[in-house]
Amino acid sequence: MKDTAKAAEVGETDKQKCGDNKRRKWGGGKEKKKPGSFFKIRLSFRRSIQLISAALFNGYVAGFAKGKIFTGGAKGFCVPVLNCYSCPGALGACPIGALQTSLGRGHTIPFYVLGLMMLFGVVLGRVVCGLLCPFGLVQDLLHKIPLPKYKVPAKIDRPARYIKYLILIFMVILLPAFLVDDTGVGLPFFCKYICPAGTLEGGLFHMAANAALRGLAGILFHFKLFVLVVIVLASVVIPRPFCRYLCPLGAFYSLFQRFAFFTMDFEEKKCVGCKKCERSCPMAVEVTKNINSTECIRCGKCRDVCPTGAISYRNNFFRKK
Amino acid sequence: MKNKKRVDGGRLVRIARFAVLFAAVIFLVTGIVRKEYLDVFQKAVKICLECIGIG
Repeated sequence: MKDTAKAAEVGETDKQKCGDNKRRKWGGGKEKKKPGSFFKIRLSFRRSIQLISAALFNGYVAGFAKGKIFTGGAKGFCVPVLNCYSCPGALGACPIGALQTSLGRGHTIPFYVLGLMMLFGVVLGRVVCGLLCPFGLVQDLLHKIPLPKYKVPAKIDRPARYIKYLILIFMVILLPAFLVDDTGVGLPFFCKYICPAGTLEGGLFHMAANAALRGLAGILFHFKLFVLVVIVLASVVIPRPFCRYLCPLGAFYSLFQRFAFFTMDFEEKKCVGCKKCERSCPMAVEVTKNINSTECIRCGKCRDVCPTGAISYRNNFFRKK
Repeated sequence: MKNKKRVDGGRLVRIARFAVLFAAVIFLVTGIVRKEYLDVFQKAVKICLECIGIG
């Protein structure tokens, strides 16, 4: 039973701390005020990881300059995030695109792609979503735009979370495997009809850079553009709408959430019931009830705002208990 | 003695963790031996017209 009076006391006495928590670095402690400078850009450790990750996965700068894509050997390796391989800067292959490709080319069990995805899933879980995914970063930055935010009612939110599993099963696995074109090759249905990362990272750039491709743009491109615009607008008012409702890669990694090597730890005896963690969670996870929910993207925001340090990351690699 | 509910779910979860890791490595090695990475490579080094909305 939570002591509400204690919670209020903690809330008051830690008001300053909680205010600082929002600016606190990963390892805790207050940031020292630096002498005034013209450029005052402060990046949290989390944001730094997101930016570095986005730059690493899309590090082929020459691609943007030349209007071409990277064709080196690394393209045979899947990155752990949703990152279109048609992005001019992409250095690796998208796992969801690669999965559809492998299934479409007749591999009953695509061992290579599945093995890589399982490896990422069991080792990292959805920390990929929270810290590494470039499209997740895009959504986070859009959500920072100072416009009114909308909390999706639970009646809509809860059933809508299952849409991404349906997309994974039907559009990523079954349709590419069984619905083939005249040459006997299955199409990447998710990439073709939904993926906003492909539209944003590849489609817009190639359309701008290549007049021949611009001439081929038709209803499909405009539909994908519409999907991208809806997700972009939704990201401004709802945190991580694509991750919540549509991302098949997040759906896949969520299957490993319970027994991934990196999980979250919640110490109930330290909790004072202030609910700051749940209010800060972009995925609307009930942190105090189920911290290792399949919806948790391991972003660590709950950990940052907790005034009593009840939430932490847990490394299960070498723990016996 | 009452067993405390642990975040990591106990022995079964630990076994599942390593079992999945082992399976992932086996799958990966099998895929490499079967040269499935070439399919991925051949697709990834060309502009995916479906991905960019051309179809």
